[in-house]
Amino acid sequence: MTDAHTAGPFIAAIDQGTTSSRCIVFDRDGRIVSVDQKEHEQIFPKPGWVEHDATEIWTNVQEVVAGAIEKAGITRDDIKAIGITNQRETTVLWDRNTGEPVHNAIVWQDTRTDALCRELGRNVGQDRFRRETGLPLASYFAGPKARWLLDNVDGLKERAEAGDILFGTMDTWVIWNLTGGVEGGHHVTDVTNASRTMLMNLHTMQWDERIAESIGVPTAMLPEIRSSAEVYGEIKGGKLGDLLGGIPVASALGDQQAALFGQTCFAEGETKSTYGTGTFMVMNTGDKIINSYSGLLTTVGYKIGDQDTVYALEGSIAVTGSLVQWMRDQMGLISTAAEIETLALSVEDNGGAYFVPAFSGLFAPYWRSDARGVIAGLTRYVTKAHLARAVLEATAWQTREIADAMTKDSGVELTALKVDGGMTSNNLLMQTLSDFLDAPVVRPMVAETTCLGAAYAAGLAVGFWNSTDDLRANWRRAAEWTPRMDAETRDREYKSWLKAVERTMGWLEDEE
Amino acid sequence: MARNIQSLERAAAMLRLLAGGERRLGLSDIASSLGLAKGTAHGILRTLQHEGFVEQDDASGRYQLGAELLRLGTTYLDVHELRARALVWTDDLARSSGESVYLGVLHQQGVLIVHHVFRPDDSRQVLEIGAMQPLHSTALGKVLSAYDPVAHSEAVEADRKAFTDRTVCDLDAFEHLLYLTRARGYAADVEETWEGVASLAAPIHDRRRMPVGAVGIAGAVERLRRDGELRPELIAAVRDCARAVSRDLGAGRF
Repeated sequence: MTDAHTAGPFIAAIDQGTTSSRCIVFDRDGRIVSVDQKEHEQIFPKPGWVEHDATEIWTNVQEVVAGAIEKAGITRDDIKAIGITNQRETTVLWDRNTGEPVHNAIVWQDTRTDALCRELGRNVGQDRFRRETGLPLASYFAGPKARWLLDNVDGLKERAEAGDILFGTMDTWVIWNLTGGVEGGHHVTDVTNASRTMLMNLHTMQWDERIAESIGVPTAMLPEIRSSAEVYGEIKGGKLGDLLGGIPVASALGDQQAALFGQTCFAEGETKSTYGTGTFMVMNTGDKIINSYSGLLTTVGYKIGDQDTVYALEGSIAVTGSLVQWMRDQMGLISTAAEIETLALSVEDNGGAYFVPAFSGLFAPYWRSDARGVIAGLTRYVTKAHLARAVLEATAWQTREIADAMTKDSGVELTALKVDGGMTSNNLLMQTLSDFLDAPVVRPMVAETTCLGAAYAAGLAVGFWNSTDDLRANWRRAAEWTPRMDAETRDREYKSWLKAVERTMGWLEDEE
Repeated sequence: MARNIQSLERAAAMLRLLAGGERRLGLSDIASSLGLAKGTAHGILRTLQHEGFVEQDDASGRYQLGAELLRLGTTYLDVHELRARALVWTDDLARSSGESVYLGVLHQQGVLIVHHVFRPDDSRQVLEIGAMQPLHSTALGKVLSAYDPVAHSEAVEADRKAFTDRTVCDLDAFEHLLYLTRARGYAADVEETWEGVASLAAPIHDRRRMPVGAVGIAGAVERLRRDGELRPELIAAVRDCARAVSRDLGAGRF
């Protein structure tokens, strides 16, 4: 029996996410000791615009940290370090003298920089900065969001030029405040978050002056780029200063990279996929910066202290869990998300139906904005149960397509896929995934891989854990699905899926 | 023909009244429609309200059919919903006990395994979701038989096969085991199904306190027992897990 996790010491991790902020306290075995969570407001000023109040987020972060410490019944002496993981790309600018944000934070989903990104692409197109940054010009990334703020908040440009304004993604904002804010807070970011700004050069791991100038972001306002696992500073000042003053703030990782770390994907080729409303698949590519010709993003996986940077390839699927929600809310075919499995299991196969949920176009590896969703192969034989199968298969096939793209770009075959996220409770989906990938699918015992990754990185930085081998030893397999489908069936089904995908393309005719 | 119970007849009449025509009715409307004294009608309505079959509008004081009634014919807990709710707690049980965790529900004459968490060591294990276990000899089966009357009658009528020389097949002895299970809140199986294997399980209840499944651990008998007794900390961990899942399903604290 290893149920001795009331004995410290512990590591705390903050997950500053898109809908809520959380703090989880972990013990040395990586088990959860306590959790506290608080949601923040989603602000929608216009269609396509999404903002957060950074001040509210900072207040919530302080509350959940205090809350988790209290629930664990521990004190500052029991906590060895605190780590941070965060929603990526969300951008805030604030006044270094007052600590006040100059505008709401612009959230990663916000599309207000669409036109700006097209303009920045000029005659080169969206791959203008891809070689240096690994990213296409798309509205998600932070650099153009900062430029939008500079252009649209009165007098901001002048204040920025005078050196009064600081830029940050949410990691930077939280660390600056944790380490003292206006009283000497450290203005830093980690390599993974910096890699999502479109301002960092993947080869030098520094801000790219030329790109920053092209995008229109003065480098003076940018934080110092540091590794993902090192002591950035100590908790100081404010309410948390009283409670936890002196505790090292020792990690920062974007959420998907934190999940990669929490899943202990430390070797080249190891891949994790997080199944939520959408799906994010990340492959560790070791020390190689792999240019993608298949529409994947080249990004930083993590960097531990002064060790070499570990790079990654990332592919995202826009519609996975949200397709199940759509079946529940818009179609009314099921009453809870879990029932999709019950319905799907009432038949043996998809009855010839394929569902391509290109609700807002096709993403990786196609990038076709003129595509729209299609259900193909309908006959009178097809029932709602077959469609339920097709819904689950859509998630599995889309994963297969990303996996194929990763293999094509990296030359590394997927040997196993580590999964996490809410949809991993769907046994049929996990089996289907294994069947379609022709590779084992493995679920770890700690579902909170994102927070765990931040805790692991912080713990490594302060010597709470000695090496990534220690962390691997903590990893426990909760379930494993192995392929049961024969190659012939898999190939035939994949071909049908690809035919269905083709039929989604070109639906919109006058796409700008 | 035996006399029917008058208050039940009246309650049924009230439900029919609320189901047809005007959907919300005041106390005096209901009482006069059924020819009852207000006090009598109120007593019945209050009972129906307590059971969730009738709801009273806060503002107008009028009565309407309750959500519970609408749920009656259609609800059963989807086993995949059960698995989704149990996921976190069963992972934690596997971690704290060091054993594999199983979640089972009644299916035909046995226990259907709907969720399985591997034992947290690095050994090769195979996912057993979809497998069936016997009702009368496993801890999961005994819990279901003790708490769910349908499972009970299945287990009583079944041919209780002896898998080992420790399997309890005699009906009286079996019933006594179920009595003990209810009294203790958990069941055990020490080499009654498989030689060398012991298991422990506790019941999961939904928000209406209906038994919907059982959760437990299984492993080598020498790990689950110390000095000839099942280890109390493992029993506590299994019961904690069952309570946590039940709470997640909306059951009140026990």
